[in-house]
Amino acid sequence: MLIKKKSPLSDNDVTPRQHYDNSRALISASRRSFLTRSSTAMLAAGLAPSTLWAGDKIADYLASESALKSELTPYEYVTTYNNFYEFGTAKGDPVVRAHTLKTKPWSVSIEGEVEKPGVYDLEDILKRQQLEERIYRLRCVEAWSMVVPWIGFPLASLIKQLKPTSKAKYIEFTTLYDPEQMPGQRSGSLKWPYVEGLRMDEAMNPLSLMATGLYGEMMPKQNGAPLRLVVPWKYGFKSIKSIVKIRFSETMPATSWNQAASGEYGFYANVNPQVPHPRWSQRRERVIGASLFSPKRNTELFNGYADEVAYLYKGMNLKTFF
Amino acid sequence: MLKFSKLQWFCLKTLVFIVCLSPFLSIAWDAFNDLLGADPIQRLHFRTGDWTLRFLLISLAMTPLRKVFKSSLPIRFRRMLGLFCFFYASLHLLVWLVLDQSLSLENMLVDVPESPYIILGLLAYTMLLPLALTSNLASMRLLGPNWQSLHRSVYLIAVLGLIHFFWLTKLDNTEPIIYALVLGVLLAFRWPIIKRLWHRQ
Repeated sequence: MLIKKKSPLSDNDVTPRQHYDNSRALISASRRSFLTRSSTAMLAAGLAPSTLWAGDKIADYLASESALKSELTPYEYVTTYNNFYEFGTAKGDPVVRAHTLKTKPWSVSIEGEVEKPGVYDLEDILKRQQLEERIYRLRCVEAWSMVVPWIGFPLASLIKQLKPTSKAKYIEFTTLYDPEQMPGQRSGSLKWPYVEGLRMDEAMNPLSLMATGLYGEMMPKQNGAPLRLVVPWKYGFKSIKSIVKIRFSETMPATSWNQAASGEYGFYANVNPQVPHPRWSQRRERVIGASLFSPKRNTELFNGYADEVAYLYKGMNLKTFF
Repeated sequence: MLKFSKLQWFCLKTLVFIVCLSPFLSIAWDAFNDLLGADPIQRLHFRTGDWTLRFLLISLAMTPLRKVFKSSLPIRFRRMLGLFCFFYASLHLLVWLVLDQSLSLENMLVDVPESPYIILGLLAYTMLLPLALTSNLASMRLLGPNWQSLHRSVYLIAVLGLIHFFWLTKLDNTEPIIYALVLGVLLAFRWPIIKRLWHRQ
């Protein structure tokens, strides 16, 4: 695995400083795990001075060599075109309004069918994790997609440390609820707080990622800082942001979009060009950042991750369990 | 009653024409200068669609305005406003055909049956087309009393256009609701006519 120092950003791409005011603690957490590693290449990468908001860079992560690297969506679009209804329903709302979110200190409550329940400081969670880069395509249920270089750690690795009991069949995630910090929660567009969930075997799949950053930086607030889920074979709304609670349960959690419109948004929400949304086709997707005249992209089953995840749904009717 | 000279009429109409064209100029400017943002096709869809609905509502407002202000002035702009509605609707369709569907019949044959809101949009445009084609004086004379009956289908077109908008929003219906409220007021002015048309069906 190669470690690279990347600086794909120009001055225009810089998100205002206030979006990153919380990052130092997380950096120090990541430094600690950095000390446990020995490769000189990693040392060089970790200590190299950064030209851009030095404190905001994540110094220590395993870089990805994914083939998707050539398709990366520009940083500018990844951080300004967001569905994060806690800050408003327009795509441009979160980047303007998310500065009110306080991401430090941040703790995550672990509950339910698990041997190690409790309220964990995010720093303590991160201390035990090796951060790595994962370049995934994100396919929104609205028929657009972008390619994002996330930084995070496998959800499976966290779950193993928490030791769920044999009764844990599902995992439920909850976003922060605080209308003071998240003004979009004052409107009843969705039932707050936002809740998402996975079946346990889906959560344990190596692709499921808990993300803390993107493009080599701490997660911008509008992208779901400080901790979010990324499940690349499912529609984007499954990848819940700004997580404050993880609960292990025996029963399928009631998830937000499913409750808002159960005929349109299922619990599984696997990307599938053969299963249209009741009101629009899912066969093709607009590529964010593409030029006006470039044709739409053909949507792939499980968003192109069929080899890794198709086994999870063997024998299931994907039209019924959409 | 206002009286205008021929020159004054020409100037007034030209002014209104330029104002009605300015959204198009703004959209075209943004398109050529790459200012449409992250999702340019979607942005074009929304901007051309918005102006289609706005011009539809504005042209439907002319008859009530005549009654309120007891002036025929608004009616003299109704045709131009209606044709601008058709112009923006045509742009909207063109964006879909060229940019969204890449002019591929194969794409359309899979997309359209799976997307009810597109079916409604296409239906509304198909109904709008004969109104645009018969908006000239010669057609009015030729069609006689049938002309008015034909052009009353614009009420139904407006309703279809709005459902088209409602059906493509995910959750936040604020915008289509605002359009619907305005349309409701405008149709209320025609309530006797609509009731008669409804019973004749």
